Amino acid sequence: MPIRTVMKANEAAAWAAKLARPKVIAAFPITPSTLIPEKISEFVADGELDAEFIKVESEHSAISACVGASAAGVRTFTATASQGLALMHEILFIAAGMRLPIVMAIGNRALSAPINIWNDWQDTISERDSGWLQFYAENNQEALDLILMAFKIAEDERVLLPAMVGFDAFILTHTVEPVEIPDQEAVDEFLGEYKPKHAYLDPAKPVTQGSLAFPAYYMEARYTLWEANENAKKVIDEVFAEFEKRFGRKYRKIEEYRTDDAEIIFVTMGSLAGTVKEYVDSLREKGIKAGAAKLTVYRPFPTEEVRELAKKAKVLALLEKNVTFSVGGALFQDFSRALINQEERPILVDFILGLGGRDVTFRELDQVLEISRKALAGEKFEEVNWIGLRKEIL
Amino acid sequence: MAVRKPPITTREYWAPGHAACAGCACATALKLATKAFSEAMEEKYGDPNAFAIAQATGCMEVVSAVFPYTAWKAPWIHVAFENAAAVASGVEAAWKKLGRKGKVLAIGGDGGTADIGIQALSGMLERWHNVVYLMYDNEAYMNTGIQRSSSTPYGAWTTTSPPGKYSIGEDKPKKWVALIAAAHQIPYVATASIGNPFDFVKKMKTAAKVDGPAFVQVHCTCPTGWKSPLEKGIEIARLAIETGIWPLFEIENGNFFNIRIQPPGGGAKVKREGDRIVAIEFKKPIEEYLQLQGRFKHLFKQPEAIDQLREQIKAMWKVLGVDVTLPKPGE
Ligand SMILES: Cc1ncc(C[n+]2csc(CCOP(=O)(O)OP(=O)(O)O)c2C)c(N)n1
Ligand code: SF4
Repeated sequence: MPIRTVMKANEAAAWAAKLARPKVIAAFPITPSTLIPEKISEFVADGELDAEFIKVESEHSAISACVGASAAGVRTFTATASQGLALMHEILFIAAGMRLPIVMAIGNRALSAPINIWNDWQDTISERDSGWLQFYAENNQEALDLILMAFKIAEDERVLLPAMVGFDAFILTHTVEPVEIPDQEAVDEFLGEYKPKHAYLDPAKPVTQGSLAFPAYYMEARYTLWEANENAKKVIDEVFAEFEKRFGRKYRKIEEYRTDDAEIIFVTMGSLAGTVKEYVDSLREKGIKAGAAKLTVYRPFPTEEVRELAKKAKVLALLEKNVTFSVGGALFQDFSRALINQEERPILVDFILGLGGRDVTFRELDQVLEISRKALAGEKFEEVNWIGLRKEIL
Repeated sequence: MAVRKPPITTREYWAPGHAACAGCACATALKLATKAFSEAMEEKYGDPNAFAIAQATGCMEVVSAVFPYTAWKAPWIHVAFENAAAVASGVEAAWKKLGRKGKVLAIGGDGGTADIGIQALSGMLERWHNVVYLMYDNEAYMNTGIQRSSSTPYGAWTTTSPPGKYSIGEDKPKKWVALIAAAHQIPYVATASIGNPFDFVKKMKTAAKVDGPAFVQVHCTCPTGWKSPLEKGIEIARLAIETGIWPLFEIENGNFFNIRIQPPGGGAKVKREGDRIVAIEFKKPIEEYLQLQGRFKHLFKQPEAIDQLREQIKAMWKVLGVDVTLPKPGE
């Protein structure tokens, strides 16, 4: 029987890792993810998880050890955030390039400087080109479920890519919410044991991994990564469907909320989606045709779903906790690309908000609405809008 | 007719066809190291192939694994420049979980070990992974075109320590990574040299057979970076031993009081107290070693720099507990 209980997203992540039965975990503490390696150490110490937990001396070594373990053919897990993820940067590309299905939990946290431990998505967004699959959880249940599904998607032979699952620092990592922990047997049936077909660092079948590729081969290697990312789209749908069948919880790459006759759709990711949905409810009560959409999957970018979504609205308000300099937010860039050649497309308005843990409440969302309505009315508007700036301290 | 057993296995793991420069003694070192490993694995686990290699970026990596070819006949992985020890940690952990018997060999150059990779190395040693770390010490970053490392000896020319009006070349003494490794109190640390291949093989076997981490630093000639004659690689490395430039020793369990120094040969007079070497009177001046290498050519115009090097070598031996006398030419 699944257990219904309450826990923080960090605990949910540790539970997901435990249920997935990885053989090697290598991790280094960083706020807000510290509880994940702590909890996993407890599981290992109590014999509840039969894994090697490598207490590495840095995140760089954490991911390097995961690469070594994954290349030896075992299921591998790690967790980090912010500067820790940034320290892994070099190896993230290598893990993807070597097609190693490592799964990593991230407590999404702002990057220095100034040092800031609170939530935004700049850490994972900055790694969007690494080749890793990226999922964003709205709540603690999603953190657990997405990590489980990430293993299945990552390990699928059509994919074989590493995957990261992000959940917002403190808003989720340290907040207790109801979570259903699935049955171990059910998870075992869903995931199966990871048995890679290739010979991985096996003396009986020696292979060379991590070669040097001259220009005659490099591009093709990168292209296969591209292909694997494309393949992941279908695999994600399949795994989401199977998960729904087995566990009853429904996931979509883009989750839509009251979008059917919406004029303005607020698009976001992570925990902010919860606030936005409630906000949409409040607008609907006032007769304002608003909807919400949440990207659960950010890489591979759900281009087809974005195009479907775009058909439903006159304005897409993109709510982003990240900055791409000179451009606005990353979503703005991605949405623009997805829609640029479409015959009919909504107006895109970009909103940068909630950086470094700045609250996003209905008050901020009112400003988003106001600007979006201007755009809807054909009035002039800024393409990139910083919401909630304290202008008096600038 | 009696057939003599070859002194070392004829099995090859680092196969012909790699792209190292002619005369590269580091390539020879890797060839011997893997053979030694294989013999150790056979003796320890009954399976000569029971090992995998994790290697850092550097000359020995780029010359051996150019897609779609490979010179490696053992399971081999390269990830990045600074993390061979961390990757090896992961492989070892995975093997443990898979119930696979055997040992992991991590390989890095002096740059990948003494500089950028020293943190990962320290972590791996301290966590007590069952890994042998082999540092092949060609005393500079050769792969990127001969830049100095912290293992480059005093006075040497490199592209980032060029001699000039205000420079005698590399101006810092060599970093002794083997001693840093030994400070982790791991089961086995040794220095070796391609100038004494039998000793090197013996030490690699010892390292491979201990339970827990081991570190071996092998001094090996790079004719390209040292500007030395292709055919003199082994001779030059041997001269490093015989002139006192390169000490050979073993340390078990971090016990510096029980450091085993080896006699250098080359006519050196060795004084012992009990089993222990306490003083060495070298007969060959370090100039014999230096003069065969273009990287030290400029020093001969500044003999005081060579004297300085002599003082540093004495100081280094002192740390090892040995009083040495180093002659000047003609002395
Ligand atoms: C993070 C990083 N910095 C720099 C480099 C460039 N690089 C590759 S190999 C190398 C030097 C290798 O030197 P060493 O470890 O002494 O090995 P050798 O080439 O001498 O065999 C450098 C600087 C790199 N690959 N990665
Ligand atoms: S540069 Fe030196 S170390 Fe590198 S392959 Fe050539 S001889 Fe060997």
